[in-house]
Amino acid sequence: MTKSVMIVGVGGQGSLLASKLLGAVLLNEGYDVKVSEVHGMSQRGGSVETYVRFGDKVYSPIISKGEADYILSFEKLEAARFSEYLKKGGEIIVNTQEIDPMPVITGAAIYPGNILDELIGKGVKVDAIDALELAEKAGSAKAVNIVLLARFAKKFDIPYEKWIAAIEKAVAPKFVEMNKKAFKMGYEL
Amino acid sequence: MKKLMIGNEAVSRGLYEGGIKVVSSYPGTPSTEITEFLAKYDDIKSEWAPNEKVGAEVAFGASLAGVRSACAMKHVGLNVAADPLFTLSYTGVNGGLVICVADDPAMHSSQNEQDSRHYAIAAKVPMLEPSDSEEAYEFSKAAFDISEKFDTPVILRMCTRVAHSQSIVETGERVEIPDKPYVKNGAKFIMVPANAIKRHVVVEERTAKLKEYAETCPFNRVETGGTDIGIITSGTSYQYVKEVFGDKVSVLKIGMPNPLPEKLILDFAAKVKKLYVIEELDPIIETHCRNLGLKPIGKELFSPLGEFSQETIAKAFGKPLKETVKTDTAVPVRPPMMCAGCPHRGLYYTLAKNKVTVIGDIGCYTLGAQPPLCAVDSTLCMGASVSGLHGFLKANDKAANKTVAVIGDSTFMHSGITGLVNIAYNCTNATVIILDNSITGMTGHQQNPTTGYNIKGDPAGKVDLESLCRAIGIRRVRVVDPYDLKACDTAVKEELAAEEPSVIISRRPCVLLKYVKTAPPLKVNKEKCRSCKKCMTLGCPAVSFKEGKAHIDATLCVGCEVCKGLCPFGAIEKEGE
Repeated sequence: MTKSVMIVGVGGQGSLLASKLLGAVLLNEGYDVKVSEVHGMSQRGGSVETYVRFGDKVYSPIISKGEADYILSFEKLEAARFSEYLKKGGEIIVNTQEIDPMPVITGAAIYPGNILDELIGKGVKVDAIDALELAEKAGSAKAVNIVLLARFAKKFDIPYEKWIAAIEKAVAPKFVEMNKKAFKMGYEL
Repeated sequence: MKKLMIGNEAVSRGLYEGGIKVVSSYPGTPSTEITEFLAKYDDIKSEWAPNEKVGAEVAFGASLAGVRSACAMKHVGLNVAADPLFTLSYTGVNGGLVICVADDPAMHSSQNEQDSRHYAIAAKVPMLEPSDSEEAYEFSKAAFDISEKFDTPVILRMCTRVAHSQSIVETGERVEIPDKPYVKNGAKFIMVPANAIKRHVVVEERTAKLKEYAETCPFNRVETGGTDIGIITSGTSYQYVKEVFGDKVSVLKIGMPNPLPEKLILDFAAKVKKLYVIEELDPIIETHCRNLGLKPIGKELFSPLGEFSQETIAKAFGKPLKETVKTDTAVPVRPPMMCAGCPHRGLYYTLAKNKVTVIGDIGCYTLGAQPPLCAVDSTLCMGASVSGLHGFLKANDKAANKTVAVIGDSTFMHSGITGLVNIAYNCTNATVIILDNSITGMTGHQQNPTTGYNIKGDPAGKVDLESLCRAIGIRRVRVVDPYDLKACDTAVKEELAAEEPSVIISRRPCVLLKYVKTAPPLKVNKEKCRSCKKCMTLGCPAVSFKEGKAHIDATLCVGCEVCKGLCPFGAIEKEGE
């Protein structure tokens, strides 16, 4: 049975690293894995979505509407934007940080502040955390991706050490300690 | 070794193991990483070329000299390299030659969604098309053998979802291919009419042989799954078909879309009750089927627009859609935009403020078209800003004092120079602005001939833009710092007014470059802020309006001070002011 995880956020928030780590850990567990990334134009502050799929045999690298077991959202509005992709009974893990998109900045639109409540009201399982605060405590606002990945990792039966090993392998040496700290904070939250 | 690789890394691994020795490419999403990964191998000569035509010709030269070579480009890059491609088909190769081209259905990062398979047909060269990383690796490795066996360049066609999806690849070892001797052979390599007439005959004979090969080529395969439904498919569409149907339908998976097999398709069609062709973009396989007298269901059910998914297939076959949850509240769109501190912003602000018509080009700076700046009037293709401006002014010379071209440093190297030569030669009173951010930005920071570094980051030749423009014959060449709004305003006004062609070089390195030191974030003094929203007209993602006052997001602001220079009330301050 193929499981689907969608990683969404704003271009520049580090979804590529999160999907790389997740892919490496799942491969190590013996799964067939496919990860679909976003490059180029869409990375420049736009909405980005990365798909991670794993199971015995995975064909499609992408996730269609109503298929995601989990949505990992680095930003609140993006969780709402991609909620359509969530499977019935699926779960959204979301960073409560708000990043205004350009139409909100220019005043052409309003940032819908209570959008998570609306999703909860519709029966969606939402796990909302302030990942930015934890990332800053760990040493960098950029570690939001690692904090959220850790929160997500806890829902799986994969030992903590294996995630840490993946971080040590994938991250540049000078950022390893900070990312390990961020992972620990997200995991122990 | 088993490894997760994006398709582009798998291509590079396949080419590497296949014995490649020279690669020359121009970056372009979604093809860029093929060459970047190749550059990691020390036993390959890897280079960024100024454009795709140069890259393809470098690969030709290396092949002529007797080694296996390649070039990589995005789909529109093949338009630029089309000239060498069509005659390379006639000359054939000495060392194997692979042209990797990556299509971008759904235009994730492109100006059109042309289908590169047309090129393989038109140039009469074989094309391979993988559907995941494993195949990308395998096909790339085999492409050199096909190239040398049939004496032809081979096109490897990727698409975004194969190029940028990771899947598992089992890699092997590099084969050491001895260099072939270079032997002068004018009849094969000097394409003057007398020789080319004879080579065309060879091309037709080769096509006949390739058609025969297509019947048994291991990359075209039948997966039997009953006789009710038969689906002919290729590339990423194959994965979606398998996702929906598994082994419940029969599939003819095409890995070599040119030339297409005939007997294999007719045999497959004869064994199934209903025949479908599922392919993204244009009906290439479908048209081939129709030419064979078959009547498959194709484009009437599967759109020529955009990319597919398992949902596309499920929907077309009337399968129930998955249950979804959607918010009732509208979610504002989040289009891509210029980064906080982007050096292009100050220049664009100046152009918008002066109500200048801007003939634009391809790169990060195309984002200047977005609100609130809305500072770009056209974007066509690489280099079209400079030559387009010339045409615009030929049609209406009165527009010379309010029209400019903007083009990035890398794009100017790619195909802006010839346009500037045209301006100097055919004399228009044009103002060309080179947005020099010292890198090829949009594709993810590749070096180019103006940066002084090569693909490996080692010091290299460096084109001096000012000297180049002067040598072309432009006498008015000036440099401005786009963070300095006053200097930008003066430069734009003076050069638009000048009665001769001029070039403004707007120079500041991309703020995302590792060596660029950013300043601490600025803040808004709420007492001084009079809510005039002037700072908001810059369209900086770090500047917003909260509780009736301007607000600067400290996590995004890089302290470029462009907004500070704009605020009439001195309300934007540095930390500690």
